[in-house]
Amino acid sequence: MTKKNLIPFTGDQAVAYAMKQIDPDVVAAYPITPQTEIVMNFSNYVANGQVSTEMIPVESEHSAMSACVGAAAAGARTMTATSANGLALMWEIVYIAASTRLPIVMPVVNRALSGPINIHCDHSDTMGCRDSGWIHIYCENAQEVYENTILAIRIAEHKKILLPVMVCQDGFITSHAVEGLELFDDKKVKDFIGEYKIENPLLDVDHPVTYGPLDLQDYYFEHKRQQGEAMKAALTAIPEVLKKFEKTFGRKYDFIETYKLDDAEIAIVAMSSTAGTVKFVVDELRQKGVKAGLLRPRIFRPFPKEKLITALKNVKAVAVLDRSESFSAEGGPLYTDIKAALYDSGIRPLISNYIYGLGGRDIFPADINKVYVDLQDILKTGKVKTPLNYLGSRE
Amino acid sequence: MENKKSWKEIPIGGKIIEAGNAAKYNTGSWRTFRPEKNDKKCINCLFCWIYCPDSSIKVEDDKMAGFDYEHCKGCGICASICPVKCIDMKKEIQ
Ligand code: SF4
Ligand code: SF4
Repeated sequence: MTKKNLIPFTGDQAVAYAMKQIDPDVVAAYPITPQTEIVMNFSNYVANGQVSTEMIPVESEHSAMSACVGAAAAGARTMTATSANGLALMWEIVYIAASTRLPIVMPVVNRALSGPINIHCDHSDTMGCRDSGWIHIYCENAQEVYENTILAIRIAEHKKILLPVMVCQDGFITSHAVEGLELFDDKKVKDFIGEYKIENPLLDVDHPVTYGPLDLQDYYFEHKRQQGEAMKAALTAIPEVLKKFEKTFGRKYDFIETYKLDDAEIAIVAMSSTAGTVKFVVDELRQKGVKAGLLRPRIFRPFPKEKLITALKNVKAVAVLDRSESFSAEGGPLYTDIKAALYDSGIRPLISNYIYGLGGRDIFPADINKVYVDLQDILKTGKVKTPLNYLGSRE
Repeated sequence: MENKKSWKEIPIGGKIIEAGNAAKYNTGSWRTFRPEKNDKKCINCLFCWIYCPDSSIKVEDDKMAGFDYEHCKGCGICASICPVKCIDMKKEIQ
């Protein structure tokens, strides 16, 4: 066995290190728990002269995203990072970044939105802006956070896409836990991301261009249509980037990850760090002969419908885990999306939803196990008694 | 909507990549009242030219030479500011 050179990094450090290797032209960011260490560590790189980035320490997240929009339109490769209420404060400009088609990359450390005020992990922040027109990538661990941050640059800047990308990791669970990371060679990262070139940058004074003009009944709709088409195009363009990533770094990724799903009768769909716990429980169940599996969407926007349907086609009972409540009274956002995708396909497993882990409520193997026990019962009776469940909430 | 372009034909992100193309945007179609000038009274002070928010007062040889009705949106500021009250706002006939 060859010895791997592992570096102890938290998820936040992993992002900061990826940003160091990317060396963006502009970073405008405001610190917020649990993203603070990203800004802190990256500021160190700036102060030490290890990057050539123009760092703009702004007075709020609204200003952070505003500065990012200006910088990206000017022609600069631009990054920021945020969490929860910070994301909520930049909301207005989050939409403007996407609709102006600026390929900004923003690591987001998922944290519960207030109120009541809470600093711990859930996905209510990024799920709240799932309709903002950003691409959403959800990471299971710090290694993936590191790799996806680099990957996101090429996805955002792909000519057929040109959309901003959020790279999401679980607050504290991933952002503050130390893992052994395999880091890529600086030069390889540079070669992979290449030069930043956008069409019609504001700073090209020989070809003056207007960004953000008033857009009324006559053309606004066409611009929204373009955004929708770009998101569709991303479904075919992202695999090109993934292939290049694999060629450069030897890492193979897809829109989704499956774990022991091929012959599974019952399956959990879960995103981010919870998937790690699910894998552990799947292994235990497999030893007992239970045909359990896991499906983990990695890219949530664009929604990889075909991949998800194919992955679930032989599963008889599915439980979708949502780490956010969408208050539709119909279940969480991942659940309703997956149900909608299955409707057209004619594949109709018995399906249920578990809202879990809100405000950082721990999710233990015993909780996951309970879901699989429910699934076995559903499989036996052929009935979903309670479609919407609150896993880990006291009754 | 006949001459408008499809989503495939326009720059992405709402960018305007042709400088000064606002001149092609006909704001004159918004007008309800149309400024008209009584030439005899006009003293060519060009107050109207200074105040018009849409650069719709034509000037030739330092003299007020009428209105650019393609872009005049009929706000009536010229009529209001004219010191000799020689501009009348007349209702557009549909
Ligand atoms: S009505 Fe208004 S827009 Fe038209 S010429 Fe007078 S000031 Fe200009
Ligand atoms: S403000 Fe009146 S008087 Fe002066 S130039 Fe205009 S129309 Fe003539």
